[in-house]
Amino acid sequence: MAVLVEAEVLCYHCGQPCPDVSIGNVSFEKEGKVFCCPGCKTAFEIINENQLCQYYNFETHPGLKTETGVTERYLYLEEETIRKQLIEFDSSDFCRIRFTIPSIHCVSCIWLLENLHKADPGIIRTEVNFTGKSVLIDFDSGKIKLSRLASLLAAIGYPPQINPDSAIQKKPADSSLVAKLALAGFCFGNVMLFSFPEYLGLSENEITFRHLFSWLSVALSIPVLLYSAKDYFISAWKSFAQRQINIDFPIAAGLLALFTRSTWDIVTYTGPGYLDSFTGLVFFLLIGRWFQSKTYETLAFDRDYRSYFPLAVQRLVQSQWKAVVIHQLKKGDLVKVRNREIVPADCILQDKEVLVDYSFVTGEERPVRVKEDEIVYAGGRVLGQPVVMQIEKETSQSYLTSLWNHDLFRKPEVSRYKRIIDNAARKFIWIVLGLAGVTGVYWYLVDPSQTWLILTSVLMVACPCALALAAPFTYGSMLRNFGRQELYLKNAEVIERLATIDAVVFDKTGTVTYGKDPEITFHGDLSSEEIALVKLLTSYSTHPLSSMISKSLTGTAEIDFESFVEKRGRGIEGRTAAHHYRIGSAVFTDNPTTDTPSDTCVFVSIDSKVRGFFSIKVSVRIGVHKMLKRLGPKCVALLSGDGEADRARMKELFGPKVELRFNQNPHDKMEFIRSLQQQGKRVLMVGDGLNDAGALKQSDVGLAVTDDTAIFTPACDGILKGDQIVFLDKFLTLSKSSTTVLKTAFAISFLYNAIALSFAVTGHLTPLVAAILMPLSSMTVVAVSTGGIKWITRNIDSKKQKYNGKVYHR
Amino acid sequence: MLIIVLLILISLTIAVGFLFLFFWNIKSGQYDDVYTPSVRILFDDDKKDTKDSVAVEK
Repeated sequence: MAVLVEAEVLCYHCGQPCPDVSIGNVSFEKEGKVFCCPGCKTAFEIINENQLCQYYNFETHPGLKTETGVTERYLYLEEETIRKQLIEFDSSDFCRIRFTIPSIHCVSCIWLLENLHKADPGIIRTEVNFTGKSVLIDFDSGKIKLSRLASLLAAIGYPPQINPDSAIQKKPADSSLVAKLALAGFCFGNVMLFSFPEYLGLSENEITFRHLFSWLSVALSIPVLLYSAKDYFISAWKSFAQRQINIDFPIAAGLLALFTRSTWDIVTYTGPGYLDSFTGLVFFLLIGRWFQSKTYETLAFDRDYRSYFPLAVQRLVQSQWKAVVIHQLKKGDLVKVRNREIVPADCILQDKEVLVDYSFVTGEERPVRVKEDEIVYAGGRVLGQPVVMQIEKETSQSYLTSLWNHDLFRKPEVSRYKRIIDNAARKFIWIVLGLAGVTGVYWYLVDPSQTWLILTSVLMVACPCALALAAPFTYGSMLRNFGRQELYLKNAEVIERLATIDAVVFDKTGTVTYGKDPEITFHGDLSSEEIALVKLLTSYSTHPLSSMISKSLTGTAEIDFESFVEKRGRGIEGRTAAHHYRIGSAVFTDNPTTDTPSDTCVFVSIDSKVRGFFSIKVSVRIGVHKMLKRLGPKCVALLSGDGEADRARMKELFGPKVELRFNQNPHDKMEFIRSLQQQGKRVLMVGDGLNDAGALKQSDVGLAVTDDTAIFTPACDGILKGDQIVFLDKFLTLSKSSTTVLKTAFAISFLYNAIALSFAVTGHLTPLVAAILMPLSSMTVVAVSTGGIKWITRNIDSKKQKYNGKVYHR
Repeated sequence: MLIIVLLILISLTIAVGFLFLFFWNIKSGQYDDVYTPSVRILFDDDKKDTKDSVAVEK
């Protein structure tokens, strides 16, 4: 067999290294292009056959690693009930559907998906929404079935994420804020134009203009009051009804005072009013809201188990396999689960043996072997041949999903936190009311005719507009900054909570450890020639353990195997001219010893003689140790669903003071967090799998760690990219510093309010003073907030750029 | 003097017209995705459109 010398050949489709090429086994090759796996090759074939190869011109290696054997997985889409939920418009020859496809990531994706009509005549038109990561497809259901359409997308590397709930939830983002902002901006601009003549001075014979401009200003202010500022009044009323004064209350009071006083002045011809200040205030306030409203649309923070469980499964009904929606499954039903499908409920296995990948549940990448009559938990992914199982518990009652029946998930989320801004607002209100009282009494004694005017001016300038802008701009900037560092928070409020954290709890698998680059050590004795042959043999197998071992070994075999057999769930064997190699489980390799070491082991036997074993240990993420050191006493515990096997290693990593708990089920984890909170701690939970979902929800801040933001993450407050976990301590410090910035901005806005109040109480608050002071205070606060955040993150930004020139791909 | 009043009213009417045009734009979803159209417009048309008719059915 020919041996290629090239160190690393990249897959033409997805750009990942092709391990097979380096050992001279170009098994996935087409038209001189090399592929890493059959999936990528199939994707290329489809694209090539349909003259869509332009796909590869926009970006190099635009594809994503693609799975094979997906055709059957979407058959359930033909089920009428499911189909109806998904399709937007349905007629005999024209259907419209919107698929969410998380893997859309580049220009090539847009091009390929929008040219999909070339691949199948049944597809009429496709339209990609890149920011929403979705594609709208018009198709002729007479020519192409929905299931066929979905599997075509999956085959070229764009598996649609199908979830009937998401179709309903995913309405286009609320655009009314932009409309309100536009209206306020429009009116503000015009009212300001009408106010200028007044400020610059109008002569007595131009009095008609003064009245005209004033009345036009009133006309323009009414829509601002009724539409743009609507939310402030609603929120203020709600807060008043609940007797919990929030920041919106003084704002609404101030706005109302401004508008009525101005209208009064204009109607009674006593003055030009403050309508430019009024519209300007609303405009600035809405800008603040808009700035803060940035969210990561494509990331989902509120998913529960339903969003990744299959919609339907094949059930045996009168000796026929028929698709059935999973919530209709009953105990005792027989279901068939195919390769890479997810087990919908706790089941008893009816077949001999199956490999189950629980990585969604536990974060653990290593597949688990389940034997006949043993239980397979819901959420596991079946690897290998289709298997038949009997439902033991209904989906909602299963071990994993029962977590969602807990009260925590049922109650609507009530904010458990008193926000800094509302505390500030409460103090603010008392000061203003006190001041208004004193001034009112003073003016009543001195000049009663002025009392009402002075009182309204006090209320007007007390409007804490600058105060209200401080938080959105401080936390909004921080949110964006975190986003650049691949920490995506659900909203700006999370930063405030993050700043108060004093206890950090970690999950082990998938969070602290990393499944992709395991530490593989060989215990035993093999010659270099034999090692090379083991590498070659393991490279033939697609089993995850085999490919890990193959990657970890070096050497080039001189000879090749004459035969190769893979026995699912047991191991692989191959014969060279002289020897018989077996690699796999202890039984498969005739291992006489029954006591297996704690780690996952793969044994090697040559000619029925055990020569040693590979122990496979998941590796700890690089830099975690240093991060834990910097975190110091804040890190309080490690919770793991796994057994004790790793205790010694984790003890070394975390140090003696950290509590290490193993064998924790999802409920245990949640209870542990609760007990910490009862001790008065504010807990940050860092986890990944579905088994952490309860803990993430219970904690004050729950961060989900993931290596690919497109894949599933449990409900959480923020999503953290896996390798960024080493900066966790910095994120906490930054949140703290941003609270300091916020308080500085508060102080400045108070100062401005004090100046304005001094004008108001002495009766010198002319419309011109208001028109200058109010925008000035808002702009100063915005500058201080955003500038402060820039300042505290300055080192990180420059470091990050040095570290890698990678730009955040939206 | 009347002419200035008239001009102000006319200009305001036109401006309000544009404001409503903008509202209509928002409502019709033109701002939902501001990235894809910028890419789409740069894609070349096929040199031979006849390819479509002979596209292999998968």
